[in-house]
Amino acid sequence: MALQSLDIVRRSATTIAPPQARGAPAGEVAKLIDVSKCIGCKACQVACMEWNDLRDEIGSCLGTYTNPADLSDQSWTLMRFTEHETPQGDLEWLIRKDGCMHCADPGCLKACPSPGAIVQYANGIVDFHEENCIGCGYCITGCPFNVPRISKKDHKAYKCTLCSDRVSVGLEPACVKACPTGAIVFGSKTDMQRHAAGRVEDLKSRGFDQAGLYDPSGVGGTHVMYVLHHADQPELYADLPKDPQISALVKVWKGVSKPLALLGIAAAALAGFLHYIGMGPSLTTEEDEEAARRELEKPS
Amino acid sequence: MTNHWVDIKNADLVLIMGGNAAEAHPCGFKWVTEAKAHNKARLIVVDPRFTRSAAIADYYAPIRTGTDIVFLGAVINYLLTNDKIQHEYVRNYTDLPFIVKEGFAFADGLFSGYDAQARKYDKSSWDYEFGDDGYVRTDPTFAHPRCVYNLLRQHYARYTPEMVERICGTAKEKFLHIAEQIASTSTTDRAMTIMYALGWTQHSVGSQMIRCAAMVQLLLGNIGISGGGMNALRGHSNIQGLTDLGLLSNLLPGYLTLPGEKEQDYAKYIAARAPKPLRPNQLSYWQNYPKFHVSLMKAWWGDAVSAENDWGYDWLPKLDKSYDLLLAIELMNQGKMNGYICQGFNPLAAAPNKAKAIAGFSQLKFLVVMDPLATETSEFWRNHGEHNDVDPSRIQTEVFRLPTSLFAEEDGAFVNSGRWLQWHWKGAEPPGEARSDLEIMAGLFTRLRALYRSEGGAPSDAITKLSWPYANPESPTADELAKEYSGRALKDLADPKDPTKIIRKAGEQLAGFAELRDDGSTSSGCWIFCGSWGPAGNLMARRDNADPTGIGNTLNWAWAWPANRRVLYNRASCDVNGKPFDPKRKLVGWNGAAWGGADVPDYKADEDPANGMGPFIMLPEGVARLFARDAMNEGPFPEHYEPFETPLANNPLSPNQPLALNNPIARLFKGDREMFGKADRFPHVATTYRLTEHFHYWTKHVRLNAILQPEQFVEIGEALAKEIGVAAGERVRVTSNRGHITAVAMVTKRIKALQVDGKTVHTVGIPIHWGFTGTAKAGFLANTLTPVVGDGNSQTPEFKSFLVRVEKA
Amino acid sequence: MSRTRQVADQVDPKTGQIVRYAPATRINHWIVAISFVLLALSGLALFYPPLFWLANLFGGGDVMRAVHPWIGLVMAVAFFAFAAKVGRDNRLQRADREWLRRIGDVVRDQEENLPEVGRNNAGQKLVYLVALVSMLVLLVSGLVIWRAYFSDYFPVDATRVAALAHAAFAFVLILTIVVHVYAGIWVKGSLRAMTRGTVSPGWAWKHHRAWFRDVTKHSTGK
Repeated sequence: MALQSLDIVRRSATTIAPPQARGAPAGEVAKLIDVSKCIGCKACQVACMEWNDLRDEIGSCLGTYTNPADLSDQSWTLMRFTEHETPQGDLEWLIRKDGCMHCADPGCLKACPSPGAIVQYANGIVDFHEENCIGCGYCITGCPFNVPRISKKDHKAYKCTLCSDRVSVGLEPACVKACPTGAIVFGSKTDMQRHAAGRVEDLKSRGFDQAGLYDPSGVGGTHVMYVLHHADQPELYADLPKDPQISALVKVWKGVSKPLALLGIAAAALAGFLHYIGMGPSLTTEEDEEAARRELEKPS
Repeated sequence: MTNHWVDIKNADLVLIMGGNAAEAHPCGFKWVTEAKAHNKARLIVVDPRFTRSAAIADYYAPIRTGTDIVFLGAVINYLLTNDKIQHEYVRNYTDLPFIVKEGFAFADGLFSGYDAQARKYDKSSWDYEFGDDGYVRTDPTFAHPRCVYNLLRQHYARYTPEMVERICGTAKEKFLHIAEQIASTSTTDRAMTIMYALGWTQHSVGSQMIRCAAMVQLLLGNIGISGGGMNALRGHSNIQGLTDLGLLSNLLPGYLTLPGEKEQDYAKYIAARAPKPLRPNQLSYWQNYPKFHVSLMKAWWGDAVSAENDWGYDWLPKLDKSYDLLLAIELMNQGKMNGYICQGFNPLAAAPNKAKAIAGFSQLKFLVVMDPLATETSEFWRNHGEHNDVDPSRIQTEVFRLPTSLFAEEDGAFVNSGRWLQWHWKGAEPPGEARSDLEIMAGLFTRLRALYRSEGGAPSDAITKLSWPYANPESPTADELAKEYSGRALKDLADPKDPTKIIRKAGEQLAGFAELRDDGSTSSGCWIFCGSWGPAGNLMARRDNADPTGIGNTLNWAWAWPANRRVLYNRASCDVNGKPFDPKRKLVGWNGAAWGGADVPDYKADEDPANGMGPFIMLPEGVARLFARDAMNEGPFPEHYEPFETPLANNPLSPNQPLALNNPIARLFKGDREMFGKADRFPHVATTYRLTEHFHYWTKHVRLNAILQPEQFVEIGEALAKEIGVAAGERVRVTSNRGHITAVAMVTKRIKALQVDGKTVHTVGIPIHWGFTGTAKAGFLANTLTPVVGDGNSQTPEFKSFLVRVEKA
Repeated sequence: MSRTRQVADQVDPKTGQIVRYAPATRINHWIVAISFVLLALSGLALFYPPLFWLANLFGGGDVMRAVHPWIGLVMAVAFFAFAAKVGRDNRLQRADREWLRRIGDVVRDQEENLPEVGRNNAGQKLVYLVALVSMLVLLVSGLVIWRAYFSDYFPVDATRVAALAHAAFAFVLILTIVVHVYAGIWVKGSLRAMTRGTVSPGWAWKHHRAWFRDVTKHSTGK
């Protein structure tokens, strides 16, 4: 929100081209979440609530450490806890910080019908501008990670902003600052990829042969990435999609169908118009009336 | 902590046992992740539950709660059997070569000198053999059958991997894997740190568990070195400060001790606390006890005390016994204690067997609660439905609630686990009528003093003559108190080596406890803090994180006791010649003329190592004790005893001695013993613990924390859940012989049923944190369930092991 | 003005015109029609960003998003009431095939080549059927993507299918209605059926001769 219009490289539902002059010469930003270092302390959740002035409801215990139960307009990030038993019988407690992945190719932005309600900055952050949000929820439909949530109070969509307000003035996101173990780090995407490579190497030395970086290409890569011990099975981590894509349904819905449908409607109208011009109106003539009168007067 | 938080990054192996650092100390835990990331360290977690720490551990092994001595004793056995000990270290820096006197014995779970009637030991046989020169006899070859080395071997020979599997329920191969990892740090180039907390302290044999782990560290040469140590993680931001300042009933500030009722003579009191060296040329630093004690008395009573009145010795209370929390509640129940002041303390939630606490509080004439929050204690008389089902009409206790400010609303210092005194500044004004604890206590004092002045009374001098030099007597400031604790010269102090030189002018702050005198010319309210507010000002407020050696000893960041030393016993990181065992983790070293390095040497600064002074200067031996002599109440070597509520019928280590089933010297009050439950009615083993999302019973008053963990739950394994037909999210009823709670069931793979001595043992995890006041959903105090029995040395209640029955609610 | 009740499918004895739609039916139709226009405009605004400016007709996107589903409900109720009423007239019969086969003659206004048409011709019946199916799909899919009340109860994939279906059937319906409206414009004298309720006997003779015969038989029988 604090960024300037010059920083915006993509804007939802807009016909006016956004400015392209400003790039990200220092590299796009990325947040790297090292699941193997995360202890699930939820400091990130608190930092997020505090910085963004959010307060979710005091819910219930549903028999898991995941609290609140789900992302919401008041909970933009959430630790999801999964107990996993490896084929060798070892137990693993996989804790994944869920939230917006800030896709390079954001499905939410593609789906959004309201001009400027969703923007993408030159640094890669995907941000919601709630003043333009009309609350239709198409962003949820468009998101491959099921992240945005509509508020029941104001019917606007909310999600992690990657603290765009902090990042724009050179600060790291609040969750990164609060993370006590260094499981969340922030910097340029290339730096984060490099850092991740080191972490993956360390994990491999500890027997996690399938350790790797989660930066799914199906959405053009993301600006929130994970280091996973089991990069080959991201779905272990509370159903992190293995190969996230903007759904084909959404692509059709928000892609070719738009101009085609409009063309179809216009064509129909035009056909009618031309038919009228060519044929003229279909009139009921005096002969028809006469015939009708004759018919009426006919004794039954 | 012998070491400090940052130093954990230097470890090669981190053992978390008896604690859950990631859960309870997430910020400090950062240094574990640093060690893993930058020092290729491995992390091992041993715990009844697969914890948040285990979540990022390299290796995890389950253990039945309360059996850690078996595990650790077996590690000692493994190290000795496989000769994985740091030889130069143990030979020179521990008492392994010391010869124990004849008469010391151990048989069938009991040491020599046991008096079953009194549940006490006559400890006279627990000592070394002395030579004609008055010094302990030693055998550096370890050949003597009664040298500590051989006694230790003999004692722990029974602690086999098979016994671990049988008692702890830990698979033998898992134990062996861990033992092998631990043993790998017996070399000088590898260090292991042990991080523990209430998972060891809150047992009836808690002190001995900790001691046993310290013995492992000594055998490995891991004490005094960077990346090593025995590291107690203190839960409250200033609980280290509490003990430092002597807030336990038998302590004076700086670990000086109150006299017992038999110690009516000042000289004898001092003599008992200033021991002569037990070996030649040892420092035995406690010989300076009179300097610390006299300076404390001067800080308290100023000019009113002098050599003539034994520095006010008569004004000190003489204890008939230690007045711990358990005793206090017992005395309330007996009608012998009828007023109680809780300062920042919620004893209804903190004391075992809530019903007994309620009964005790109900007999009080008055109860004063000083707290920022409306605690359960302050509402013990109010009916809160099933969570506190009392009849207020039958409780006549008058409760005074005095709202206090919070730490963030006042200046002051915290002492962290690493013994750093870190100054903090007021961040906000206290709300409403809240006053600082200082102001309330000062107000109480000045009013009491006025009453004593006008009406007199038994201990009137101790009160009326108390030094109270504060600018505003009704409200002393944190600065004034900090300066008083640190200490100052009362007269001009001459250099002991050159009497013509004045090193400290009267009124000047002292630079350290080396300047303290026993002639009344210095004052210091807490000798170990001496120098924290020195001639150069408030060193606790320093914030320079420069770390020139990279080892993490930021000597100009805040101030650490003692003497700004960051790693205790750091002399032991060097060989006998004063050369670091491992140059890459050098803390201090001898340069031929003096000791120096990245830390303040824990040694006489100019002592030539050739003279043979040991590195453990606080002990009269000069070396560390594997044989505790009379320091522990259960015996010189830790021995496993079952928790007072145990699923076993006997102690597999001494099956024929019923006296050795549980801690034979634990204090038991009559009614409490009858309230213990037996395994036939209460088949499940319960343990209580804390969660990251909350701090004790405070943060349930905070919306943010309540959002993160809104509602009381208990954790049970899938096998037990299946057995009792409960699914995750349903409610269960947990009953002990003292009461019951109901809570949401968290059914988890992280707690596994263990096979112990031929039977299946299910563990039930009971997080504390909920109660009947606050913002989070109301719940039961976990201490509704817990048994009243304390550790044999500290009387810390056994909150980690007791028996319950879990049913579908 | 006469207070005599206009009854459909009769010759108005005063004017000699044939009553095709009773007032209630006409009102119902126009409720559907107005709803449809509002829904199409707002739907297009939500569907195609270059048309988002249409949202301004509703007082902005927020209001538009809020009212669209409610208008949809109004249309659904009105339409299904209407559809129930006129369903009997829209059953496809054997003769309709012939009419459809000669659709070329229809657009060339050469009705003399067509079989005699009853109350509704095959085209009208098809409009009815397509509208009926579309309306059903739009209603169900619309509820699924009604974020304020229902979407949270469905998996995201369901909302994706629903969103696409909603758009697709809206397109089909709009096309159908374009044809329907054009037919009303092209065939002079038709619009009156929905505005005044009556058609001229000549119109009925020309376009719905079978119906004309039916009506006159009944009327003269009185």
